[in-house]
Amino acid sequence: MTKIRVEDLTKVFGKKPQRALSLLKENKTKGEILEATGLTVGVNKASFDVNEGEVFVIMGLSGSGKSTLVRLLNRLIEPTSGAVYLDDKNLAEMDEKTLRTVRRRDMSMVFQNFGLFPFRSIQSNVEFGLEIQGLGREERTQKAIEALKLVGLEGYENMLPDELSGGMQQRVGLARALANDPEILLMDEAFSALDPLIRKDMQDELLDLQQTMKRTIIFITHDLDEALRIGDRITIMKDGAIVQIGTPEEILTNPANNYVEKFVEDVDRSKVYTAQNVMARPESVQPEREGPRVALQRMRQSGISSIYAIRRDRELLGIVHASELSKLVDEGKDDFSEVIRTDVPRVELHTPVSEVIDIITDSSVPAAVVQDGKLRGIIIRSSVLSALSGKEVNLDETISESTSS
Amino acid sequence: MKLFPSLPLAEWVEALVDWLTNADLLFEAIEMLISFILTALQTVMEVVPIPVFIIGIPLLTFFFAGRKIGLTIFVFLGLFLIDNLGFWEDMLIMLSLVLAATIISVVVGIPLGIWMSKSNTVEMIMKPILDFMQTLPQFVYLIPAVAFFGIGMEPGVIASVIFGMPPTIRLTNLGIREVSTEVIEAADAFGSTPSQKLYKVQLPMARTTIMAGVNQTIMLSLSMVVIASMIGADGLGDIVYAAVGRNDVGSGFEAGIAIVIVAIILDRLTSGFQLKQKKK
Ligand SMILES: Nc1ncnc2c1ncn2[C@@H]1O[C@H](COP(=O)(O)OP(=O)(O)O)[C@@H](O)[C@H]1O
Ligand SMILES: [Mg+2]
Repeated sequence: MTKIRVEDLTKVFGKKPQRALSLLKENKTKGEILEATGLTVGVNKASFDVNEGEVFVIMGLSGSGKSTLVRLLNRLIEPTSGAVYLDDKNLAEMDEKTLRTVRRRDMSMVFQNFGLFPFRSIQSNVEFGLEIQGLGREERTQKAIEALKLVGLEGYENMLPDELSGGMQQRVGLARALANDPEILLMDEAFSALDPLIRKDMQDELLDLQQTMKRTIIFITHDLDEALRIGDRITIMKDGAIVQIGTPEEILTNPANNYVEKFVEDVDRSKVYTAQNVMARPESVQPEREGPRVALQRMRQSGISSIYAIRRDRELLGIVHASELSKLVDEGKDDFSEVIRTDVPRVELHTPVSEVIDIITDSSVPAAVVQDGKLRGIIIRSSVLSALSGKEVNLDETISESTSS
Repeated sequence: MKLFPSLPLAEWVEALVDWLTNADLLFEAIEMLISFILTALQTVMEVVPIPVFIIGIPLLTFFFAGRKIGLTIFVFLGLFLIDNLGFWEDMLIMLSLVLAATIISVVVGIPLGIWMSKSNTVEMIMKPILDFMQTLPQFVYLIPAVAFFGIGMEPGVIASVIFGMPPTIRLTNLGIREVSTEVIEAADAFGSTPSQKLYKVQLPMARTTIMAGVNQTIMLSLSMVVIASMIGADGLGDIVYAAVGRNDVGSGFEAGIAIVIVAIILDRLTSGFQLKQKKK
């Protein structure tokens, strides 16, 4: 379900920003407009939908308009034109009072440099949003303590922000945002000021939290690795405009243009791709209704020396080898159940390719990709290698679907 | 021969002053208010027995100004000396003038500073006025003060306020403006009303800077006391002024020392408050 719908959202900085709007309609670039009018285009006709419960990442180089865009969503920056629909209300046209209610109830923000109040204790920082809403002391305290517990900061209530490390301060920022129990979290480069190891921890923690809380998160970053790690969908911005929106896989495999391609180039693909992106259509036999001759015939057709055996419902039984099947045929047997080997390399659909590689290098047979114990695909070394070198990969589960029918 | 006739600036100012003197009622009200503040301050301070003062102020200094033993002893000896020289009464009078000027400067100056911080136009208009107020020679303030309020303590307070208020306005404005944008955005993003933002975020964040302004205001008001005595303000300043008139170096020096002691104590106490708040 769509939570936020953004339509043609535009922000132009400078005096009489309307002057730039007609130029933008003529598809003039940010540079041309700056030269002609002295106005800076912050965000250029951005349109997108954010679904309820998803982590929507906005990514782009510094100056591409990410911070401006996210601030247009809660109107910390007034839009020049366009609309932001939250459920069905247009934020861009709200009066101050309604806007305040939305900010208090529906969306909270986490800032790059934490934006904590240095003179307030951790507890009182986290209570800020509740205090603004006019909640009673007791309720405030209780909610703040819960929020601090969520981010693992019990026992720090009475300290001041300066006394905590950067990572801990950002947890306070997150707790402050969560204390309001908002449906939407806006996070502007929330982890960018942290050093890499702490950053990874925070990403993991956010994902863990998201598992249970299922908020709609709009997460800004300039770091593709971070975007790929946490984004359900990723938007790429350049010069204020949206260049591409897609799932991490789509962005990696089908970059919309050179700009996105440049971004994507140095990603460590093995961490991003999972088994389902590199698996191939599996040949299989069903010992319940097919004998060794059928199996051999099928292997001959596709030029392979072993084949996976499955039940009618595709539950994986194991693998059989051509040499052993031939022996059975020579002996005149019709049932090959006894030669099925069950010690096959198995991976799940979502196993990262980096782990898949370890498994298949030690194995003489292709790895089986399973989902709930059912065979979905196989992975052979060459398809992994070609995926890592940037060639075609599978974007969805069409392979397994075509065979499972 | 002059190419241009000289501008009748003096006449214009006189005309303005003329017009202003007609607003009698207003000035009388202001004068009454100031004299009320002065009397109240004096009465309160005179009620406190001198020994309590001489011991209490050093203790206050000790706890608020960083627990410095040397400073504490200095404050004690200084106050003792002032009393010993027989200046106690005059010191209290001077102090009431300085405090009255400070109170008025704060009550008027902080709201002005807040207003200035909220609007770039107001800032643009106020800045040159404040510069002007601070660069004029101190004596010049005596003229309008006398014109509207005659002579005595009240015009002395007025002159001190005009001279001493600019730092409070300026630093209130600065303190609020220099609060980091992210912190302001945080206040807004959580749905603060403008007044919630002001009282819960901006003023607390600007507190140290504002206190520095108040400290300067106190010091400037204190530096007005001798000049204010020229228009009839009593107190230690008057003793110095009289001594200058009689060429009496000895008593002028004594009273001067007493003023310096008071200045040091006030400065340490108010900057001590600043320190304390910064640490907190
Ligand atoms: N308050 C402002 N006034 C003028 N220009 C601004 C302002 N804020 C941002 N910009 C400009 O808008 C563009 C986008 O900035 P920003 O949204 O901060 O980018 P990002 O967050 O992606 O680094 C930049 O060219 C920047 O210079
Ligand atoms: Mg930014």
